[in-house]
Amino acid sequence: MKSTTSDGAAIAQVDYLLRIADSTLILGQRVSEWCGHGPILEEDIALANTALDMIGQARLLLGHVCKLDGRGRDEDQFAFLRAEGEFRNVTMVELPNYDFARTVLRNFLFCSFLLRLWQALSASRDAELAAIAAKSLKETRYHVRHAADWTLRLGDGTDESRLRMQTALDDLWPYTAELFAPSTEDDAAADSGFGVAWSSLQALWEAGVLPVLADATLRSPVPGAFLSRGKNGIHSEHLGRLLAEMQFLQRAYPGNTW
Amino acid sequence: MTEQAPPTPGQWPLWEIFIRSRNGLDHKHCGSVHAPDATMALQMARDVYTRRMEGVSIWAVRADHIHASDPDAKAEMFDPADDKIYRHPTFYKLPDEVDYI
Repeated sequence: MKSTTSDGAAIAQVDYLLRIADSTLILGQRVSEWCGHGPILEEDIALANTALDMIGQARLLLGHVCKLDGRGRDEDQFAFLRAEGEFRNVTMVELPNYDFARTVLRNFLFCSFLLRLWQALSASRDAELAAIAAKSLKETRYHVRHAADWTLRLGDGTDESRLRMQTALDDLWPYTAELFAPSTEDDAAADSGFGVAWSSLQALWEAGVLPVLADATLRSPVPGAFLSRGKNGIHSEHLGRLLAEMQFLQRAYPGNTW
Repeated sequence: MTEQAPPTPGQWPLWEIFIRSRNGLDHKHCGSVHAPDATMALQMARDVYTRRMEGVSIWAVRADHIHASDPDAKAEMFDPADDKIYRHPTFYKLPDEVDYI
């Protein structure tokens, strides 16, 4: 693998990694909004831990991106100085938290996907990516367990909690299609042994997700034609506002550290 | 010992948390968490008490399942041991070579 040239292969690899890095970064930012607002102290800490894990995963990936990119940009420049259209995260992770039910359900749906992705990427031909995946896998396993336990308890809980979970599922489900939408970048990454095609993970993801939703007495919505395109840089109206807050400091005080 | 009051309605029960910091050591009481059930209590404890590598094992016990001695009965429970120092094995002459006793 070439590590410092800006040839086509490196650009494709950067794009492939940014989809994962940006998704964990933006979800980490969203989950961190719960800090100080958790339903109880213990859950507040759990969510803050989760957010930090996600941002940590993003940092590792962005560090790798910087080397492949070879243009002297550091991880902060990727996180804080790119514009909305340059972000490659899936749309699902930028949607507002709305309530606790939606927050944990999104974590469950997305982290269940990440779990399969890390498992596959642990066998990447790129040794650094394989190491990042192996480290992140342990964290994500815990995130899935925590979110799944809440999904069960709220789904199979009171009338109020069940209604909130079902509403969250109905609203979030259409955004899961984007995870498995075929893409040429994916195919290239899979062919070279660098990555794995996200679309190939759908069956594994469903095998993990659907039984939990059924146990939680939630009705899985039927798939529709809607396809979000966050990983192509086409985002919902929510990402801009999230970035305005996340990037404020670096834009107002460039290069500032603490 | 009187029965403890049941948990307040609308509030999650309290769980006492015990952490074992290394294999071979005892679980030590480190605090408590509120949680709806045992599974969540273990997860809450993991997030609250083991963030900085404090433990390798967690026990969670419902606080209302713990029976504690009555603080008002301290005098008859513990004071009688005060003047019975002969219960300590401190009157034996040990050879200098014996360590750690």
